[in-house]
Order: sequence, then structure tokens, then C-alpha cells
Amino acid sequence: MTDVAVHHDPQPGEHGWTQTGVSNEKLGMWVFLGSECLLFGGLISTYMLYKNTALEGPRPADLYDIPFTSVSSFVLLMSSMTMVLALSAIQRGDHQRCRVWLVTTALLGATFISGQVYEFTGFVKHGMGYTTNTAGSAFYTLTGFHGVHVSLGIVMLMSLFMMSLRGRLSQERSEVVEIVGLYWHFVDVVWILIFTVVYLIP
Amino acid sequence: MSAVEHTERHDEGAGHTEHAEHEHTHPSDFQYVMIAVFLAVVTGAEVGLYYIEGLDFLVLSTVLIVLMVVKFVTVAGFFMHLRFDSKLFRRIFITGIVLATFVYLVLLSSFHVFIH
Repeated sequence: MTDVAVHHDPQPGEHGWTQTGVSNEKLGMWVFLGSECLLFGGLISTYMLYKNTALEGPRPADLYDIPFTSVSSFVLLMSSMTMVLALSAIQRGDHQRCRVWLVTTALLGATFISGQVYEFTGFVKHGMGYTTNTAGSAFYTLTGFHGVHVSLGIVMLMSLFMMSLRGRLSQERSEVVEIVGLYWHFVDVVWILIFTVVYLIP
Repeated sequence: MSAVEHTERHDEGAGHTEHAEHEHTHPSDFQYVMIAVFLAVVTGAEVGLYYIEGLDFLVLSTVLIVLMVVKFVTVAGFFMHLRFDSKLFRRIFITGIVLATFVYLVLLSSFHVFIH
């Protein structure tokens, strides 16, 4: 820990100085994630409100394939691990390994999205479309919004990968990976909530 | 340096200092893998509980929610570095969670969701 004292704290007017003492970009991401709690809270609450109100057609709970969704959840959890390993690699200056972990994270995310598309297709085949009943609408809106977030995360990860390939992602700019990582982990913690509240609790 | 001392230094310090500290205080790659294994085991336990027949709804729901909170805190604390980063980030995130929980619990209660 002695090298902490060696580093010079940026003073007002110098590059890197902020009034809060923390990075503005990271602070911005945390404020965004704080507001996202309200978005997903609303969607989860709406699902809880309508989950047993199907007047016609099957309810989502009648169609769940828990073993399949468990594997999807496992895949997303592991993507959080690969994401943090990508950050750890770039903080060490290991760009090659960082790229490997970024692509692995994106692939795991894509696997999760593929699973979601497969699940939705199965539900539609069993007669639960988006407008079949309110329970189905609430379910598709919640999980669909989450899927869009994962998809945006994949785009961000691939952008980081391309930046790294072009040599525009230096060790000094590792905070960019950290900020994208925060978003990715948030998407993971939201799925932790959805998996328990929507799928597992009867 | 203790975790408390570390956090206090973070609050006093600025962006560049944070980076230097991160490299020394964040878990190692091996520890990250161990955390992921722990999360996988907890997920396995959740799924296992789901298949236990005859378990009381209240007991099942309570245990599942506790396990969910354990996973949530683990990911937020270690993977999102909330345990090691500035207290400001923790406060912002917790404010969002508490606000969302309060607002939507009130909403669901007003619709008698928990009574039915």
C-alpha cells in the first residue's frame, strides 16, 4: 500500500480533478444504474400484479422450463465473472487476455439471448402471445426489456473489443472497461432478481 | 490497510489515486473465480429448493429471497467493486434500490397483492 502515497492527487484545474473526488464518468454510470432500479422495479411489480390474471390462454408460470432457465441464469452469472476478469487483465496491461475475456463475455451474453428467443418461441407455440393475456404481456415486457439491456451490453463489449484491436484501449483507459462492466454486472443482478421472483417463487 | 481505512482514503482521493489503489485491493483472478463458483452453488441450491415437494410456500419464498439477496450482494460487492470503491457509489445505488423497493411495495400493497 505504500505506493498510494507516491501517486499525486490531481489538484483543481489539473487533468483528472473532480469536485467529488471520484471519476465523473463512473459517477454518471452509478446514477444511471440507480435510476434503472426504478425501471426494473416497476416492471417486476407489474408482473407480480398481473401474473395470476390470465382470463384466457396459458399463464407464463404454466409454461416455464426451470432446468432450461437455470442453465441460462448460470451462463449469465459466468459472464459476470469473465467481465471482471477482462477488467483485471487490462488493469495489468494484458491486452491479449482482456480481448479474450471481452469476447467470451459477449458470447455468453449472446448465448443467454439465444436462450431467451428459444423460450419466447416455445411460449408462442404453446398459445401465449404478447397480447394473449395480461400475465403474458407483463412477462414479455419484463424479460424483453432485460433482453434488450443484455443486447446493448453485447454491443458495448464488441465496441471495447474493436477499440482494443485498434490500440485505442490503453491500460490508462481501463476505466472504460470498468464502466461497461458495471452496466453488465447490473444486468446480471437484475436477472438474479427476475430468476427468483418470476421463475422460482410459485 | 483495513477495508475501512481504504474506503476513507478513497473518499478523500481523486480519480488517479483510485486506479492505483484498485490494483492492490481488488480480489485476485483466482478469488473472482471462487466467487463465481460460490454464485453457481447458490443458484444450484435455489433450483434444488424449487423441486422439493411439500415445502411450505412461506418457507420456500423466504429462503429463496434470502439466497437471492446473498447473490445480489455478492455480485454488487465483489464484481461491481462496491465493497472497495467510494462510499458515494454505494450510497447512490442503495438509494435507488431502497426507493424502488419502498415505492413498489406500497404500490403492490395498495392492490392487495400480498393479501391474496
